[in-house]
Amino acid sequence: MIAEAGLAALWLAASLALLQLALVAIGLAGGKSDLLGAVRPVAVAQGCLTAIAFALLITLFLRSDMSVLLVVTNSHSMKPWLYKFAGTWGNHEGSMLLWVTVMGVAGAAVALFERALRRETHMATLGGQAAISLGFYVFLLFASNPFARIDPAPADGQGLNPLLQDPGLAFHPPTLYLGYVGLSVAFSFAVGALLTRQVDAAFARAMRPWVLGAWILLTLGITAGSYWAYYELGWGGWWFWDPVENASLMPWLAATALLHSVTVLATRDALRAWTVMLAVIAFSMSMVGTFLVRSGILTSVHAFAVDPERGTFILVLLGIYIGGALALFGWRVGAVREGAPFELVSRETMLVVNNLLLSVILGLVLIGTLYPLLTEAFGHKVSVGAPYFDRIAGPIALALMVVMILGPLTRWRRDRMREVGRRMAIPLVAGAVVLITLAMFAWGRIGILPFLGLVIALAVAVGSLAPLWKRNLRRTPLFTWGMVIAHLGCAVSLAGMACDSAFTVERLVAARPGDMVETAGWTLRFKQIIPIAGDNWTALQADVEVSRGGSEPVLMHPQSRFFASPPTPTTEAALLTRWNGQLYVVLGQEADEGRWQLRIWWKPFVTLIWLGGFLIALGGALALVGRERRGWLLKWRARKATEALA
Amino acid sequence: MRGLLVMLLLMLSAPALAQSALPPAPYADRQIDDPALEKKARTLMETIRCLTCQSQSIADSNASMAGDLRSQIRERIMAGEQPEHIRAWLIERYGDWVSYEPTAEPILWPLWAAPLLFLGLGLLIVRGRIKRRRS
Repeated sequence: MIAEAGLAALWLAASLALLQLALVAIGLAGGKSDLLGAVRPVAVAQGCLTAIAFALLITLFLRSDMSVLLVVTNSHSMKPWLYKFAGTWGNHEGSMLLWVTVMGVAGAAVALFERALRRETHMATLGGQAAISLGFYVFLLFASNPFARIDPAPADGQGLNPLLQDPGLAFHPPTLYLGYVGLSVAFSFAVGALLTRQVDAAFARAMRPWVLGAWILLTLGITAGSYWAYYELGWGGWWFWDPVENASLMPWLAATALLHSVTVLATRDALRAWTVMLAVIAFSMSMVGTFLVRSGILTSVHAFAVDPERGTFILVLLGIYIGGALALFGWRVGAVREGAPFELVSRETMLVVNNLLLSVILGLVLIGTLYPLLTEAFGHKVSVGAPYFDRIAGPIALALMVVMILGPLTRWRRDRMREVGRRMAIPLVAGAVVLITLAMFAWGRIGILPFLGLVIALAVAVGSLAPLWKRNLRRTPLFTWGMVIAHLGCAVSLAGMACDSAFTVERLVAARPGDMVETAGWTLRFKQIIPIAGDNWTALQADVEVSRGGSEPVLMHPQSRFFASPPTPTTEAALLTRWNGQLYVVLGQEADEGRWQLRIWWKPFVTLIWLGGFLIALGGALALVGRERRGWLLKWRARKATEALA
Repeated sequence: MRGLLVMLLLMLSAPALAQSALPPAPYADRQIDDPALEKKARTLMETIRCLTCQSQSIADSNASMAGDLRSQIRERIMAGEQPEHIRAWLIERYGDWVSYEPTAEPILWPLWAAPLLFLGLGLLIVRGRIKRRRS
């Protein structure tokens, strides 16, 4: 019954999306504005129904209902409940249901909470949201029904990919999806504003919190995903330029650019067409990413569904939505005035350069990800990976970081070159100190990109704090704090990346129990190998006692696990975090004569990468709360003032 | 579809079978004693694709084939071979696909031209947005 109820909820939600679209279309274009009153309740009902359908699918997974095909192929009754729960979205159908759920709930949130937008634009936005949802409902109901039954029901399921059986994975995909799909709101805003020709500062102020929210979640999702890859894959890498990682990076790059351009639009009423364009691009990148991942067209760890029919379906949806939005843009952009040009030395210019560089990186990641597909069509198989992206996107990202110091230190409208130079003095000195220190002690031992990375990281760290200089910290607005912390987070993250590439010490040994290994100031004593068993796996575990400089020894337990269903070996790295880095120990295969492979890395300051990611998201959250709170305060004061007058 | 699934399962279970049957290649997870040579080998390994995995270099893969290639690369480096020579040998054996390092082949020229093209195009657009200095 639960599966049927879920399917019914999904059909109902789809019909409501159609109704919502029709109401908006007739209400706005047909001039029957009394119909528009029904749009918001319909949007809310649609959101509730998708949430119900998703909750029902979770129930099926938690109950291990083996009469449902999706549960059979992706779950197992012996799994811990957390992975039954997370297994709901660890597969194609479930993740697409999560997609429409987030879209439905986001639409309901726009219907309920959006107050700043003009009524027609608000309605057109909800129409846009319904139009996108509709396509994905059709895809779910006709090509990926998550509630399909299987008859006769097998005794038990086939299990979930063991790589995915990790607490981090319970929360990484939903966070990322909230961000991905949250960008659909920005897309719908853009479509709505193009339809009603109301692109202005008020529109930007209304759109900004939605963009910020999606961007915060994307940032968290990418950071968590990177840490997951770092400890779960067992080789100490934290970013692989894997197509699926790129698929999450591209919307983030577009959203970051959008975040900055929407600020220009809100503050100076400029960059109108460009901001609308970016809003369209950002969600388009989410859809392109989904297409790449879901179609399995680019083979990658994450492509669970290798199914060209579904790929074609998503490609058609992609064509309709992106093509439609771009056509609308082309048709209406003439009606959108761009505003006066900028002074060369102004914050506007800095933000335009920020947008330019982010867009270039986005373009390069996109072309690099798709290029192997293109050449394969011409019968030539090539690989584009880290060497290309690092070398091409790396320098541009570093240039972007330099602009990040300049931007906040430059005034809106017009500034003087000499003044900006004066404010840049302290960050430049900080960078120069690192430059000289590194040149003296590490010249020739570390690569050029990590070298520049460290120099620029410190300059950005100091520069990001400069906007607080000589200010009353208690009276500094929360959103200024947000910007400062987010920019500081970029510096922290960059420093972590550069330290990891420059100073990591790798040690691979074959050791017998009882052996001692010395590396990077650490002493590791390999004590023993013992077999242990978990809920649905067995493992060999090494007990390794580590100490540094005569400190109290700590026991580390790297494991080599074997999952029975489906049969897969995985490595569980053991990590020891210290303030200045992480010790990373992996148990490999058995070598000859009772010796075991141990892989040991000492990674100085590597944790800064994810600490930085977290700071960036925190900065975003402070900015969001700061802006919203200021809005409430202004409204509250205005009401008080009118009451006092009356 | 089912055939594919079976094949996938077999591929996944292969390392497990290999684990009990064959010892890993000698230099799969053993560093060269000379750190300079090891660094050379490591730099090369990071740009060689693991053919049985998905989007991973052989430097960070558990697959037995990646281990074999790592061992071969270390042995060849120790024998005094230059990294680019080893890459050429690998490309000859497995095709361009094996190397993440994009070569200078004409089919890849657009990839190298892309950054300049994007930057140039962007600057052109930006220039239109910025006021000319009043002379």
